[in-house]
Amino acid sequence: MVNYLVQRLATLVPTLFFVSILIFGLQQLLPGDPALILAGEDQDPSVIAHLHEKLHLDKPLPIRYLYWAGGVLKGDLGESVRIQKPVRELIFEKLPVTLELAALAIAIALSIGITAGIVAAVARDTVWDYAANIFALWGLSTPNFWLGIMLILFFSVTLGWLPASGYVSPFEDLKANLASMIMPAFVLGNAIAAVLMRHTRSAMLQVLNSDYVRTARAKGLDERVVVLKHALRNALIPVITLGALEFGTLLSGAVLTEQVFTIPGFGKLIVDAVFNRDYAVVQGVVLFTASAYILLNLLADLAYFAVNPRLRG
Amino acid sequence: MNVKSWTARVGLALLAAFAATGAAAQTLRFGLAEDPDVLDPTLARTFVGRIVFASLCDKLVDIDEKLNIVPQLATSYEWSADHKALTMKLRSGVTFHDGEKFDAAAVKYNIERHKTMAGSNRRGELAPVVSVDVIDASTVRLNLSAPFAPLLAALADRAGMMVSPKAAQAEGDKFGAKPVCSGPFRFVERVAQDRIVVERYPNYWNKGEIHFDRIVYTPIPDATVRLANLRSGQLDFIERMQASDVPQIKTDSRFKVEKITEIGYQGLTINTGKSDLAQKNPLGRDAKVREALELALDRDGIVQVGMDGEADIGNQWVAPGNANYAKNVPIPKRDVARAKELLREAGVTNPSFTLVMPTTSDAQKIAQVVQAMAKEAGFDVKLQATEFATSLDMADKGQFEAYILAWSGRADPDGNLFSFYGCKQPLNYSGYCKPEVDEMLNRSRTTLDSAERKKVFEQIAAVVLKDRPIIYLFHRHWLWAHTAKLSGLRTIPDGLVRVQGLRMN
Repeated sequence: MVNYLVQRLATLVPTLFFVSILIFGLQQLLPGDPALILAGEDQDPSVIAHLHEKLHLDKPLPIRYLYWAGGVLKGDLGESVRIQKPVRELIFEKLPVTLELAALAIAIALSIGITAGIVAAVARDTVWDYAANIFALWGLSTPNFWLGIMLILFFSVTLGWLPASGYVSPFEDLKANLASMIMPAFVLGNAIAAVLMRHTRSAMLQVLNSDYVRTARAKGLDERVVVLKHALRNALIPVITLGALEFGTLLSGAVLTEQVFTIPGFGKLIVDAVFNRDYAVVQGVVLFTASAYILLNLLADLAYFAVNPRLRG
Repeated sequence: MNVKSWTARVGLALLAAFAATGAAAQTLRFGLAEDPDVLDPTLARTFVGRIVFASLCDKLVDIDEKLNIVPQLATSYEWSADHKALTMKLRSGVTFHDGEKFDAAAVKYNIERHKTMAGSNRRGELAPVVSVDVIDASTVRLNLSAPFAPLLAALADRAGMMVSPKAAQAEGDKFGAKPVCSGPFRFVERVAQDRIVVERYPNYWNKGEIHFDRIVYTPIPDATVRLANLRSGQLDFIERMQASDVPQIKTDSRFKVEKITEIGYQGLTINTGKSDLAQKNPLGRDAKVREALELALDRDGIVQVGMDGEADIGNQWVAPGNANYAKNVPIPKRDVARAKELLREAGVTNPSFTLVMPTTSDAQKIAQVVQAMAKEAGFDVKLQATEFATSLDMADKGQFEAYILAWSGRADPDGNLFSFYGCKQPLNYSGYCKPEVDEMLNRSRTTLDSAERKKVFEQIAAVVLKDRPIIYLFHRHWLWAHTAKLSGLRTIPDGLVRVQGLRMN
């Protein structure tokens, strides 16, 4: 176990180093001099020169990387040039928002997706199955921004039930928080639910045809117990893995949905930063999410190692 | 339950009810089209930031609906006989949001901060100011190296915004995170991309005109969602609504729409000398080809199709209604036959060029209309949609033949003119350079008499509008929508909302 941990931790360092180079390098591929866009309308040459110096844009690429990486090692992710705020603060400001949105979206996706998947598998080739498949097709093919705007027009403008956009912290007002999060969470969850439904359905069909389920039925068990207790548990394993992956993706920000609902999360932060060439923000946020990914991955592996005796030597 | 506790309870309930009605704080919920940049008047660079500054930071002077200079923190001003010194009398009893006194020393500090701070965006606007003299606590004199007509207009914008010297010294380049000015509202908090909150400053010098306790600015980049927020009652006011939404909102009695013709413009910038590309293309090489292009365009049609009619057509850096519009060069009518003739004279009957456009929906629609109209005269226009930051870089390096570029405009015509035509000036993307035009541009800056200055503008127009490094198309309307309960809105052409006098009925 200790050996394994040391081994994994040893690979962590080069991985993070490689990731940081990738983030920094890709960012440099963006066309356009960041100083020009950051200098604003007037394009004052003295401002552009100042920005070049401040961002070390006049230095060669490796030196610029060292400036940035050196800061990162000291825990300094730099500062947003556009709004003059440390990137670290921006990340901690947006992280709870993104976490909440991702959690709600996954909760919605799991409850809709798994339920629909079970129904479709149990009632295979019936009207229920077709309905669930149509739902899945709809969920996969509806663009998020369109669904978002339709929901806003219906629930906010026509009915006036929910706020059209914006974000309220749950610590300020939980009710208002949920009211502002339910539509974006549904939009995100809806698309993921469709994927989960398809996977639940096929996994369930496979399990329902297996020997042990036949045995359970032969024992005279209630069908509900067979489906929910015996079949579902096994069928859920790949679905949960998939859900966890989707959750990870959501953490890096749901760009379009956040834009439509004006939810100030990672997605909006990154997009604005890319368009404004606010390099420090893009690099900082991407490095943060990438590190979170790597760490979660490591934790998952360790957990797997802990529960699976065959891996322990 | 005894009587005492009953009366206490009723009393408390009454108190609570009273407090609830009495403290029904009036909040103005304001929808912005973008998230502003740093809230430091010296470093700020975006249009949207100026909307927020209008509530936070008072300026030495302001402009009115007719672009006249009117007093704000300075009650009066006077030019010296040689026009090389501007003496301003300052309003007394004004304090900054941290309680510090506003006086001549504060003005001196602010002007010097604008001029010397690293990364200052105001340096160019105040370039001719060489020193500031504090004459007494309420009188200040700006000494200039040469007369500079655009100075007052600059002082009516960010260069004239006064911040608390104490706070600015303490915060240094972090001042923008918590700005301290002397405007009607003081800064409360900012959550990037979410909200900027300001609250009424109780000691504001003109507090009788302030009828809101708070303003919450919410950036909502999507125009449809911004409008939905207004219609669902989450916002009271939105700026820059889409032209195509105007008819729909006009039929709804709960809302009102305001239109103001901008002080900026939308036009085609042509590379006439920025790089080698200029000489390789007939459009950049030959003024006749550019004239043919202008004659091929029907501005009314462009505005109708590209802007849903929400713009005024124009052919200059200021709109035809502006006092400084050069009447000697009127808007040419579309004349495809003449355009073809000009192309024949230039020896290129089917010139081809690429038009770079930012990826905004307005720019794309306009580009398509231009393409279709120019084709009738024989032009083959290729369109190249380019992300804004990239297009700016291409413009700066001269990697374009023609470029659709909008300018938000400045109150003084100089702000729409000098940097675009002066040799080697930063916004001169055309690469246009003529010593005679440079001389006239400088003369327009040093001439303070408005009638004389207008003549100089006419002379400039006669030359540059013939050379056509920029073909001006139209001046957009600022479109605001707000709840019908909101009154006291002033429509000032800079597109910034003055909060003085605004109230909810």
